[in-house]
Amino acid sequence: MLTLRRRRRRQEESFERTLVSDLVRRQPSGRAIYWSVFALLLLSTLITFAPLYWMFSSALKSSIEIFQSPPTIWPLHPAWSNYSNAWTVLRYPLYFGNTLILATGAVILQLLVSATAAFALSKLRPAGKGIIQFVFFSTLMVPPVVYLIPQFVNISNLPLIHVSLINNWAGVWLPESASALNILILKSFFDTIPTELTDAARLDGASPWRLFYRIILPLSRPVLAVVTIFTVVASWKDFLWPLLVLFNPEVQPLSVAIYHEAGLNSNFPLPFNYLMAGLVLASVPPILLFLLFQRQIIRGISLTGLRG
Amino acid sequence: MFSKEIPVERSSPSLGAGVEPGVSPGEGEALGRARLFIARNLSGYLFLLPAVFIFVLFVWYPLVLGFSLSFQSVDMINPSVWVGWTNYQKVFSDPLFAVAWRNTLTFTSYALLFGYLIPLGLALLINEMRHGKALFRLAFYLPVMLPPIVTAFLWLWLYNADFGLINALLQAVHLPAGLWLENHSTALPALVVVATWGAAGSTMLIYLAALQGVPASLYEAAELDGANLWQRIWHVTLPTIRPILLLMLVLQIIATMQVFTEPFTITGGGPNNATTTVLILIYRYTFQDAEFGEASALGVLLFLVLAVFALIYMRMTSRLMEAD
Repeated sequence: MLTLRRRRRRQEESFERTLVSDLVRRQPSGRAIYWSVFALLLLSTLITFAPLYWMFSSALKSSIEIFQSPPTIWPLHPAWSNYSNAWTVLRYPLYFGNTLILATGAVILQLLVSATAAFALSKLRPAGKGIIQFVFFSTLMVPPVVYLIPQFVNISNLPLIHVSLINNWAGVWLPESASALNILILKSFFDTIPTELTDAARLDGASPWRLFYRIILPLSRPVLAVVTIFTVVASWKDFLWPLLVLFNPEVQPLSVAIYHEAGLNSNFPLPFNYLMAGLVLASVPPILLFLLFQRQIIRGISLTGLRG
Repeated sequence: MFSKEIPVERSSPSLGAGVEPGVSPGEGEALGRARLFIARNLSGYLFLLPAVFIFVLFVWYPLVLGFSLSFQSVDMINPSVWVGWTNYQKVFSDPLFAVAWRNTLTFTSYALLFGYLIPLGLALLINEMRHGKALFRLAFYLPVMLPPIVTAFLWLWLYNADFGLINALLQAVHLPAGLWLENHSTALPALVVVATWGAAGSTMLIYLAALQGVPASLYEAAELDGANLWQRIWHVTLPTIRPILLLMLVLQIIATMQVFTEPFTITGGGPNNATTTVLILIYRYTFQDAEFGEASALGVLLFLVLAVFALIYMRMTSRLMEAD
């Protein structure tokens, strides 16, 4: 079954001619160069894998072995208990939970805000669409750093209602839901859905909401998946803004909590093997996410071409 | 403008309800037109409402606020006072101002040198591969998925002078070990390596996608004309993916000039401010000195510099979109 699928995929990925022609590839010299480049690339994957391996193996060392010179490649007595200790000391369940809540909220709010706007711009096209589009898309070129301080002031005392969102998850969710890039991606996808289809539905008496909910959204599953995955990843990676807004440990996400709990500048830093175990635990979910959704992520990058 | 925006086919039967009885023809026409306008556009505006609300409150308002804060003395406790250009004068007279800008620009140039050429080279090589493409993509993209704090602390450990992997490897081949993060001259390049490790994969995937768009016929034609490998890269590959190359250049300049996480978590701006970037300085003004006005002023200055690149970026994307 697996081999069958693999064979089919290999057939799908029929290689078009690139820089080097098949003729040259088949010659002995061409073949030698090809395989040496292959070996070179294989070797350079160590640049990724060696640090990751080091993180994983350091996390298994005892507090004595980890400060040993020269270091051991594989720990003499792998201390798997480091992981369970890091789990408790770093209060993982709490911070994992917070990270998940932040990511879930980000996905829901961003999809809601971006998809409705993209639908209106693409299919309803109300008068003044050009001005509204400018309001959204001109912010694409404003670097996030400009908002940093004023956004903090804004969040700590919202205009008119005078509510502070400091130490509140909404203080992270709301500013990040203003994503012009998401609107742009969704709008360009909605634009490819034929107008005949939406017009036919309207003639049948479908309200705009029905049109949006029953036709546009189901047809846009691939692009919604891409936006969702990228939103989750971005939320998982977010550091600076949650660091500023959430200083109550009870509401912090993993990345901020690790920074504080590591206490590198304090008198009581976390033992290094625990820290490494903590880092491994924090990397597992995003790595799994990538392995599971590799295709969507790669397609998403070629689709938008801009996600950094 | 409006007449252009409203597509003709949008007029559904119920919308043209038209003139009400008992109203004079002129008034009725105006009323009918207003009604028609509302009926045509109301649902559109309702769908746009959440996004407009969010953008006004969390993008445009803070943007304006940032400029106005830069002319005020703000400490979040006492009421703010207008102080004119004082914040800017203070920022300019800070001895760290020049240091932070020099560090930021140095970081950006190193980051471009590594972060621009390495992904391009990798993408060119991987695109030629007929085996293991998926593995290479995975291997070089994986670091992009890691939370920056993980990348930062991992490299802090790799760079460790006494027990780190890097010095251990160097000593294994009898090369001198270094105090990478403690040394004034190596600290900043060391951070560039970390940032590149964490980001190069995504740039590489973008180039790979672009390379797939280079038509095979162009290579064949070039080969028939006697172009060798380098000439094919120089005259066929690079010109074809030029728009993406330029776009990534500008985007990377904008992104790397806002570097924060690496210096903040790995070196804390040290040693002796060797890795203090503009954003680190903004952070210190805000959260150590509680000088929101000065922080905003420096933010505005950084914005003005980045705006130049942002304008170039905007012109390029609009040209790209026209080309589509």
